[in-house]
Amino acid sequence: MKRFHTSLTATVMSVLFALCLTAGQVFAADTIKLGVAGAHSGDLASYGLPTVNAAKFVVADINAAGGVLGKQVELIIEDDVCKPEVATSTATKLVTSGVDIVLGHICSGATKAAMGIYHGAGLVCISPSATAPDLTLSGDYPNFFRTIAHDKVQAELQVKFVIEKLGAKKIAILHDKGDYGKGAASLAKQFVEANPNAEVVLFEGVTSGSVSFGPIVQKVKRSRADAVIWGGYHSDASKIIRQMNKKKMKAFFVGADGLKDETFIKVAGKDAEGVYVSGPMDYSKNPLAIKAKEQHKKAYGDDPGAFYLEAYAATLAILNAVEKAGSTEYDAVVKALMTEYVETPLGKIRFDEKGDPIGVGFTMYQVRKGQFVELN
Amino acid sequence: MELEYFFELFLGGLVKGSIYALIALGYTMVYGVVELINFAHGEIYMLGAYTALIVASVLTVLGFPQLAIVVMAGLAAIIWASAYGYTVEKVAYKPLRKAPRLSPLISAIGMSIFLQNYVLLAQTDKFLPFPELIPEFEFWEPYSHIIGSPSLMILVSTVIIMMLLTYIIKYTTMGKAMRATAQDRTMAMLVGISVNKVISFTFVIGSSLAAVGGVLVASQMGQINFYIGFMAGIKAFTAAVLGGIGSIPGAVLGGLVLGMTESLATGYISSDYEDVFAFALLVLILIFRPAGLLGRNTTQKV
Amino acid sequence: MDTGIPMFKLSEIKKSLVVALWFIFLTFPIMVIKVNTIENFIAWRWRNMFMIGICSFVISLVWRYFQENEASGQRILSLFTQIPLVKRLKGMSVSERPTQDGVIRESNPMIQRIFYTLLIVMALLFPFVNDYQTTILTTALMYVILGLGLNIAVGLAGLLHLGYVAFYAVGAYTYAILNMHYGVGFWVALPLGGLLATLFGIALGIPVLRLRGDYLAIVTLGFGEITRITLENWDALTQGPSGIAQIPKPGLFGMELTTQQGIMYVYYLAVALAILTVFCTYRLQNSRIGRALMAMREDEIASQAMGINIARTKLTAFALSASFAGMAGVLFAAKTGFINPQSFTFMESAIILSIVVLGGMGSILGVIIGALILILLPEYLREVGNYRMLLFGASMVIMMIFRPQGIISNVRKVYKIDQGGQK
Repeated sequence: MKRFHTSLTATVMSVLFALCLTAGQVFAADTIKLGVAGAHSGDLASYGLPTVNAAKFVVADINAAGGVLGKQVELIIEDDVCKPEVATSTATKLVTSGVDIVLGHICSGATKAAMGIYHGAGLVCISPSATAPDLTLSGDYPNFFRTIAHDKVQAELQVKFVIEKLGAKKIAILHDKGDYGKGAASLAKQFVEANPNAEVVLFEGVTSGSVSFGPIVQKVKRSRADAVIWGGYHSDASKIIRQMNKKKMKAFFVGADGLKDETFIKVAGKDAEGVYVSGPMDYSKNPLAIKAKEQHKKAYGDDPGAFYLEAYAATLAILNAVEKAGSTEYDAVVKALMTEYVETPLGKIRFDEKGDPIGVGFTMYQVRKGQFVELN
Repeated sequence: MELEYFFELFLGGLVKGSIYALIALGYTMVYGVVELINFAHGEIYMLGAYTALIVASVLTVLGFPQLAIVVMAGLAAIIWASAYGYTVEKVAYKPLRKAPRLSPLISAIGMSIFLQNYVLLAQTDKFLPFPELIPEFEFWEPYSHIIGSPSLMILVSTVIIMMLLTYIIKYTTMGKAMRATAQDRTMAMLVGISVNKVISFTFVIGSSLAAVGGVLVASQMGQINFYIGFMAGIKAFTAAVLGGIGSIPGAVLGGLVLGMTESLATGYISSDYEDVFAFALLVLILIFRPAGLLGRNTTQKV
Repeated sequence: MDTGIPMFKLSEIKKSLVVALWFIFLTFPIMVIKVNTIENFIAWRWRNMFMIGICSFVISLVWRYFQENEASGQRILSLFTQIPLVKRLKGMSVSERPTQDGVIRESNPMIQRIFYTLLIVMALLFPFVNDYQTTILTTALMYVILGLGLNIAVGLAGLLHLGYVAFYAVGAYTYAILNMHYGVGFWVALPLGGLLATLFGIALGIPVLRLRGDYLAIVTLGFGEITRITLENWDALTQGPSGIAQIPKPGLFGMELTTQQGIMYVYYLAVALAILTVFCTYRLQNSRIGRALMAMREDEIASQAMGINIARTKLTAFALSASFAGMAGVLFAAKTGFINPQSFTFMESAIILSIVVLGGMGSILGVIIGALILILLPEYLREVGNYRMLLFGASMVIMMIFRPQGIISNVRKVYKIDQGGQK
């Protein structure tokens, strides 16, 4: 009986003590805390980890040059596995650990779930990769910014290109049933349907990660489509293209920024030849982009991976806004993001009142001899 | 046109089904002997393929001829996958032999998560191109538009492995010991069968089958990452149950039926609901044959 | 060997050396060689090899030490259960647990009352700690509800269910869809979600009445997948994979709550719902239905002979267990404010099942502890960054090895008739 009480008291005391400690940490803020949230494990990890690397490089550079507003920038990195329910915990964790600004999240779904929590805490978020149109267009997420154009811009460009430049009449649209893929594919479908010169002959989702795409490719062949528009990531796409080439199909294959990744060309190899891809404008000449890529190559020995430059730009943009605003206060940072131009690997950018980047656009590429070649 | 379309879908289903069958064979074998749904089987499949990739890359750099690379990568995949299967059994399942039936299942799920992240951390999160270990055979060239040689290879391997396994289980001493262990473990021990050895052997065989499957599928797909085992594992499990879990020909039949259903459903209805049809078929078959297509329906005793 | 200093025989060291060599061989291709076929480079990381060798050697040696000294090993392992608080908890979980002489131990009602009061006070004060802790505890509480719900099917009725997440999804989508189209509020959606999930439970139950064991498992797994795929594809109703956003938090008499207050409010709701679930399942265990479920788990044919309607009992098990998942789903939608099919994958079912098995099948307290461990563990493991899921998987295996019966194994009730005078 007595021992029971003692142990309970001890437990309560130690819990309280631990809490005091954490509370103490929160208020000892002499650094600017940048939260980095995204998928760092699980099947989508390869889309979240490059962002972490980008943030690390930028912050290391800025800290070496004296930091922001005379303070050092500290990274607080949290995993959300691209799952909405985990993202809310991640967001609360970041808010509780006293972050001032947030870089993330990576997936649109997780972003939507987390944004309310940041908004409640008066935090500005900037995502390198969440492309769902309603994140900015709906006006529901005023604290959300991104360094990538949304899917609508891209779908319109793709469809226009496929119909006008490639002269396709029958278009098959495939997607991976995912948040990003199906969203992009549905937008493309809307634009094709709005165009009198072409029709959608097939609109279907495939099972991502499937061991064989033979049957669906057969179906595309039967639909006699001139062009296939793909909504999704590159891993499934390269399997489908491989099957199409084996069947000696002539249809054009058109993908979105999910394919605009060196990994796609490397993985798909010779099958990637001739594939059309819409993606962010070509930055390979931009000195900052070259620098960013070299930093990665030096540290890890390989190319950076998806959304690396966008993340690099987002980190630069948000830290610049804090510098220009003179504080991390919400209104000031938002105003700075919307008014102050900043030099990034994506060029000189600022943001419109909805949170979309100005100065970042999409263009069409074709894979030729293992390179993305910009088309005019 | 209509008939040709059906024929092509049929072939597509055959290829897909034989992939499922190949992985399901290992699944069903392990289940037959230890009655454990080995969720880590998909990860063994992935590890086999990854080992092949690593060995092939190293040998390519060292300048080995193509044929040697293929043979050595395949052998390495089988050796290491067996080693992993053996170790996983010893670490995660053996201590749980006498535990309640669900405990090894949870241990298997934990092992599956562990192995995935082990490869993620030790290697990379990115998709990597997988070399085409199986070349386009020249003699097959005229028919390659119907069915490519890698697919043909998968089909043939599945049939050969099925026959080989059936032979091992039916006619060899080890096979007899396996059957005895499956029927009654205590009794098998009493008549002098080393149950531990039998179970280890089962895991080694099952894992090497997974490795063969992994290498063949990865080289057909041309890519690999740490996550490929998960989907393959679930589908193979479904195929094994469909055919009657524990039955070797059942696994092949189950795989083929599953692949065929998915292919025809995609072709004639919609690939949106491909998996729905697959699972709906499973439910239907199990309603009428509660032990799967070729499973023996044991009468329950009180 | 009570000196405390481990002494090793030469043969043990030899054996451990073999183990170390085996692991070096095993992990050689994956750990030592790093290939990147994109950049065509190969890195040799020999350091890893030594690390693996040393680690596995040490672990193996320690392991052997414990095995050799069974007694002291047991003592250390049971150290946890010796902590007075835990002991007390264990006593309470199965208050009828017979002591050695077969007499059912009376647990002191006074202590129980104090303990429960303290627990409730702590639970009520908890949200004032910080928001993050509150959020993750809310999540853990939702998994307590899910675990207890699944426990009815798996623990009590012995029906292995791998698609439990489907009912959770039904609940969440009930609230989200009704709210989006008709503006239905949380309090209306809560019972509706439970009800709809119950109907789904019955709908699943009917076709699988004849199935047993692993065949049942795969069909339920299929059912879970079918539900998820339907959610993904039925755009008109569910908005497909892009999900439903802006789901309102539950209302409190029309008051406007700040984000922080909202988090606290949802937490209290979760506490209330969890207590309700504990109460219901506790009462269920000792009710007529509960007994029927357990009888069916032990032996279907025998229980049928005793007059239990197997079909009805199975359906009851599915329906009851689904209803809790439905309610948890509604709460989930309200808490997250955004749902999409990504949250309802097979892995989720596997985690819930792990909670039940790890906690100890059929034991309420066990399931609660299991949920707290499995949900809070990955959160606290965030400190180790990338190694989070690796350690999570490993700890699942280790926990199972050390406590195969679950953390708190359900002790079968023993009724002993005191044969007057014959002690």
